Formats: sequence, C-alpha cells, structure tokens
Amino acid sequence: MTTEILLAGFGGQGVLFAGKILAYCGLMDGKELSWLPSYGPEMRGGTANCSVCISDKPIGSPLVLEPDILIAMNQPSFDKFVNSVKSGGKIFIDSTLIESKCERKDVEAYYIPSSQLADENGLKGGSNMILLGKLIKETGLFSKETVKKAVEKAVPPTKAKLIENNIKAIGIGMEN
Amino acid sequence: MERNLMKGNEALAEAAIRAGCKCFFGYPITPQTELSAYMSKRMHKAGGVFLQAESEISAINMVLGASSTGVRAMTSSSSPGISLKSEGISYLAGSDLPAVIINVQRGGPGLGGIQPSQADYWQATKALGHGDFHLLVFAPASVQEMVDMVVKAFDSADKYRMPAMILADGLLGQMMEPVSFPEINADVHDKSSWAANGHGNKRNHHIINSLYLKPDELENSVTDRFARYELIKENETDAELYLTDDCDILLCAYGATARVVKSAVNSAREVGIKAGMFRPKTLWPFPVKELNKACASAKCLLDVEMSMGQMIDDIKLAINCSKPVHFFGRTGGVIPTPAEILGEIKKIGGAV
Repeated sequence: MTTEILLAGFGGQGVLFAGKILAYCGLMDGKELSWLPSYGPEMRGGTANCSVCISDKPIGSPLVLEPDILIAMNQPSFDKFVNSVKSGGKIFIDSTLIESKCERKDVEAYYIPSSQLADENGLKGGSNMILLGKLIKETGLFSKETVKKAVEKAVPPTKAKLIENNIKAIGIGMEN
Repeated sequence: MERNLMKGNEALAEAAIRAGCKCFFGYPITPQTELSAYMSKRMHKAGGVFLQAESEISAINMVLGASSTGVRAMTSSSSPGISLKSEGISYLAGSDLPAVIINVQRGGPGLGGIQPSQADYWQATKALGHGDFHLLVFAPASVQEMVDMVVKAFDSADKYRMPAMILADGLLGQMMEPVSFPEINADVHDKSSWAANGHGNKRNHHIINSLYLKPDELENSVTDRFARYELIKENETDAELYLTDDCDILLCAYGATARVVKSAVNSAREVGIKAGMFRPKTLWPFPVKELNKACASAKCLLDVEMSMGQMIDDIKLAINCSKPVHFFGRTGGVIPTPAEILGEIKKIGGAV
C-alpha cells in the first residue's frame, strides 16, 4: 500500500521541511519513499507544495495528484487542493490562518490552530511541526520514536539546537 | 548498505566525485543548480577543481581542456544550456576525448519552461553538435540510477575515448529518494598514449585536435570512430524488460516517464490487460535486440514520452515497423498521469 501525502502552504512556512521529516521517517522505518518539491515561480508568495509517497513497494510517479493526506497551511492551498483529496482521506488544517471549513463529508478534517499554538509556546515557525504531530497521531503512520530519529537526522548538524524545538512542537501537535 | 536521502542532482554529484571526477565546470540553470552547488561545496575537499564559468560555452571548453590532460572532467546544465555547449561537445567528439555531460532536461524550445521534460531526446541521440558523431547516452529513472549511471558513464567514456551524456530531467533532479553509494572501483584507464599532460622532453608531444584539412585524413578519422561505434552498439546496450514475456501491448518509456508507465502497466494487469514495459537505459546505443525480445508476443506498442514523440522514431526503426507503434505524450513540463496512460492502454487494447 502506498500513502500519498501533499503538504501545501506559503513559501517559508516549512512545508518542504515537514515533508522531509515524513520522508526521513520512511527512511528510518526501511520503507520505500519519495519526496518531490514544487519548484518555480509559485514559490514566491503563492503556494509552495511538496509531494511525499511512503510505500512497501517501489514508488512509481512521485507526483501526488490525489493525496490520501493533505496538510493545508494557508487559505490558497486549502482552496486549491481540498477537492483533490481521495475519498476517505484526511485533511489537517491550520485554523489560525484558514477560515473556511471543509464542506466534504467523505473526508476527515482536523482543525488545529497551529500558528497560534506555536506563538503561545514560543515556537516561532513551528506551525508545520505541530500539524505534523497531529498527522502522526491521527494516522499512526509512524511511531513517536521514528519521528524523533527522523528529526535528528533531517536537521543539519550546524542547526542542532533546533532539534529540541521541533520535537517539542511535534509533541504539542500530538496532544491536541 | 546505508540508505541516504538525497536529491537526484546531489546524489549524481556525489557519485561523480566518488568516480574520480577531478574537474567540474558549470553554470547555474534550473532545474540543475543543486548539482553545481553540491560540487562547489564538496569538490575542493575531494582534491578536485570546481569552477563556475562565465557561460555554458566556456564551461564545456574548460572540460575539453581538462580532459585533454587525462583527468576525469564533467559539466552539467539543462536544455537551453546544453544547446550552448553543443559546439564544444562536437569538438570533444572530434578530438576523441572522454567527458561526462549532464542534461537535467526542462521544457523547450527556446527558454521554454523549468518543469520536467524529455524533449531533448533527438538532440542527445542524433545531433548534439555538427558533424558525424555520437555520444553515449544514459537514461536514469531513479535517484539510485543517477548514481550508478554516472559511474558507468565515466568508465565507458574513458574506455571508448568519447563523451557520454546522462539524460535526466527536472523530476529526477529535484526529487529525493533513498540512495546507496556502493563501493566504487572506478576503472583506471591508461591515457599515457594520448594525454597532453607534460612530458619533460622524454617523449614526443601529443596533439589533441579536431581539425583535418585533407579530406581523406578526416574521412579516415571518422570511419575509425564509426568502427568503434559498431563495437559499442554490439556491447553497451542496456534495458529493463518488465512483464514482457506474455504481453499483448508493450509500453515503451525511458527516464521519469517510465516510473509513471510502470504504475499504469500494473493497473492494466489488474483489469486483465496483458501490458508490459520496455525501458531503455541506454538511448545511444539504442537497445535494438532487447526491444525485439520485449515485443515478441506483443500485438502493438505504445510509446510514452514527455515530448511530442521523439524516441518513437528509434522504436519504429528497431522493429523495422513490423508492428503498429502508437504514441502518447505530454510536453512543455506536464507530467503524464498513470490514469491517462491507462486510458490510452484501454483505448488501444480495445482496437487490438
């Protein structure tokens, strides 16, 4: 089985990094996986997004068009991708920045005020990790230990002090 | 073996260094830039030279100079930049010099776009510059193959004294996948019979040249080279055959497109259509024998490319037009989906 995940938001919100953590989780668990960023002019101001596939079999196309799981970090991303999610899929929404509610009845929508939670906990820019924590909790894709190992691997050694904050933010997401 | 998570562009650069590449000359262009950036960080630590040239033309001629001295040299670019390099590539071929050139293809013609494309197949396999010559052309379909093929490209280029190209695309360059770096035992080729690397008056000087003013001398040099090409066609073809033993319809695709096609072939099998896939890993020499083996049971072929249809010419030639060859392609940077390819399979399947 292949789990297809799409993460979308503004450039600078850490969409690609959150995807990278998921990819590293797959690597840690010995899974097949792919990570594909959108690249190009849409990265300035508009929506940046990132496709992640996790599977037990080799990945075919790494481009996710109909995700099982969507992380939406801003209104344009939500509007653009909400209808592409597979029936029975899950959507994780930063409800601080996205006012709309998901009108679809065939998907599960989770509203997390992740930007607000990040600010309240002194985790500037940690909204992406809070949503990721929620995703891990609700999907059970990876264990907490795997996620911790993935963060340690994905954060470059020169920025090692950020490991703790990222793990803390994921923890907040898992509690909410 | 340790699995790393790397972008195709970066993994290729790392593999080139491990394969003994000592000189890299580049010029930035999307979607290839991570390759140059990685080289700029790593090459000097590996005891080599990284130089960002003032243009693509300059970079390819630096490759020519470095290769003349017998060291392994490489350059990389994306479609419009490769066009600029074509003069230098022709000179490399005419001078019988090994070199590795990477094309991380984007949409064209002109400046085109920056999204993945396969519209440079004709350029890579038929006309990477003026004159009678070929390059070895490798087509990776995964980040792992970006690694494996660049090692192979350096070895083959040295073995046959000719330039080799890795024809990748923006998708393979930008995506991350698990990748391992095998123990690389790069072949060591004795270049002492031709390299222009200083001789202290202990031997006659070597001349690297592509200019022959007497037609019969030029003809001899070209026919010698073409005799080598025949050897290469005999020995260096490579292809993946997937579910071809009993296939009714044979899909043909290379590079990133082959990944999408494979998904479509699996879906077709699930609904009872006997589909198979032929994926050339070398585009020149084209795997003629392998294709004929793959399509033995097929009633028709379906070629899928991210172009308006270029490899289809080689497919028709390889099977001497003995079976119908259909085509489906997206171009301009659009990546075909498994669903639309399955749609084509069903459409053609119904007509078989």
